[in-house]
Amino acid sequence: MAIRERLSGNEAVSYAIKQINPDVMPAFPITPSTEIPQYVSTYIANGECDTEFIPVESEHSSMSATIGASAAGARALTATSSCGMALMWEELYVAASNRLPIVLALVNRALSGPININCDHSDSMGARDSGWIQIYAENNQEAYDNFVQAYRIAEHKNVHLPVMICQDGFITSHAVENIELLEDDVVKNFVGEYEPENFLLNTETPMAVGPYAVSNYYMESKKAQSEAMNNAKQVILDVAKEFAGISGREYGFFEEYRLEDADYAIVMIGSAAGTTKDAIDKMREEGKKVGLLKIRVFRPFPEKEIAEALKNTKAVAILDRADSLNGHGGPLGSEVTAALFNAKCTMDVRNYIYGLGGRDFRVEDAEEVFTELEELVTNGKEVGNYKYIGLRG
Amino acid sequence: MATDISKITEKSPWQDLTEGNHVYAGGTSVYFNTGEWRAYTPIFNKDKCTQCLLCAPCCPDSSIPVKNGERDEFDLDHCKGCGICAKVCPFDAITMKEGK
Repeated sequence: MAIRERLSGNEAVSYAIKQINPDVMPAFPITPSTEIPQYVSTYIANGECDTEFIPVESEHSSMSATIGASAAGARALTATSSCGMALMWEELYVAASNRLPIVLALVNRALSGPININCDHSDSMGARDSGWIQIYAENNQEAYDNFVQAYRIAEHKNVHLPVMICQDGFITSHAVENIELLEDDVVKNFVGEYEPENFLLNTETPMAVGPYAVSNYYMESKKAQSEAMNNAKQVILDVAKEFAGISGREYGFFEEYRLEDADYAIVMIGSAAGTTKDAIDKMREEGKKVGLLKIRVFRPFPEKEIAEALKNTKAVAILDRADSLNGHGGPLGSEVTAALFNAKCTMDVRNYIYGLGGRDFRVEDAEEVFTELEELVTNGKEVGNYKYIGLRG
Repeated sequence: MATDISKITEKSPWQDLTEGNHVYAGGTSVYFNTGEWRAYTPIFNKDKCTQCLLCAPCCPDSSIPVKNGERDEFDLDHCKGCGICAKVCPFDAITMKEGK
């Protein structure tokens, strides 16, 4: 029997960690992810799980210790946000290139500066090329469900890559919502015991992790990593299918909301998708054919699937919660546009920037975007590309 | 499955590399001739040496072999020429010469 609860996103992820009971969690506090190591520490102190918690002196150290633990053969994880992830930068790449199945609970927060503790996706979007699988949530339920699936993906023999489970800072991490939790034994059976084939503490087979790879090996090594990321696509779908069997909740690379017959579509990531769904419901009642494509899996990037889902629309607005500051657009805008171009789609595509540093994204904002797309297609009224939503001036 | 890394060469296709370039064997650094990097070479003067053995544990590359309680000639396949041994020797039995 599923457990009905009401939890914040941080509580939900911490609950999943308790149920999985990983071996090692090194962590350093940073808003808004601080509660995750805090709650896990409490579970450990209360004897509800026996994860080895390592309080470290920085995020550079928390990811280093997580890498060390994972290489040693432990199921390891950490949690962070924003500048904490920035301080892990070097280690993010090391974790991925060493093919370690680490899970990172990321609570998305704007990078400095100006210093800001609220939500945007600049932290994880900056790390989009670090070789980590990235899975995003709209709400606490999805953050919990994604976390329960994470180790199954990371530890799959065709993958062996680290996974970051992302949720929106404060909006998802601190807002308390209804949630349906799985029972402990169901989660434990689903995730299973971690039995690595090769690990540093295996006295039977000595091994070295992270050796120097000169020019004659580096490219082949990167190709192998890229192939593992490609393999992750099928594994993510297979794990999601199995997860649906225990939870009744279905997941894919993305969610299509009233998209099938839509003329105008918004593509976006995270909590603001819920706001857009409200706008869609309202506009559908007015007879407007509008829909949403909410990205769940950004790495690996489901290029062909996204293009296939959007191919019948007349115009697409891609909404980025991070600006690439390149005078051209945001990261999601660039990649979705490239996917549509490669699929020879010819609809109008516009990129918008919203919600930076926790700026509200309202139902009216989503309605305005849809209206601008319609005006563009029907009256040729140009909205301009790369527009900031809700900007003063 | 652990792969025999001695079969991997600079001609190996990417599919044949071990996952994450992991090395599934012990003591493999012996196959890496770091002596090629050397700009200075230590010269061992046996006449001045008292076999105090201070140099051997100070060598970062284990390039001063010790047999039967006495140090032997330098392992120049692995010595990077850092000069620490020459610094620690109390008897000036090791001098550094420019070049390999």
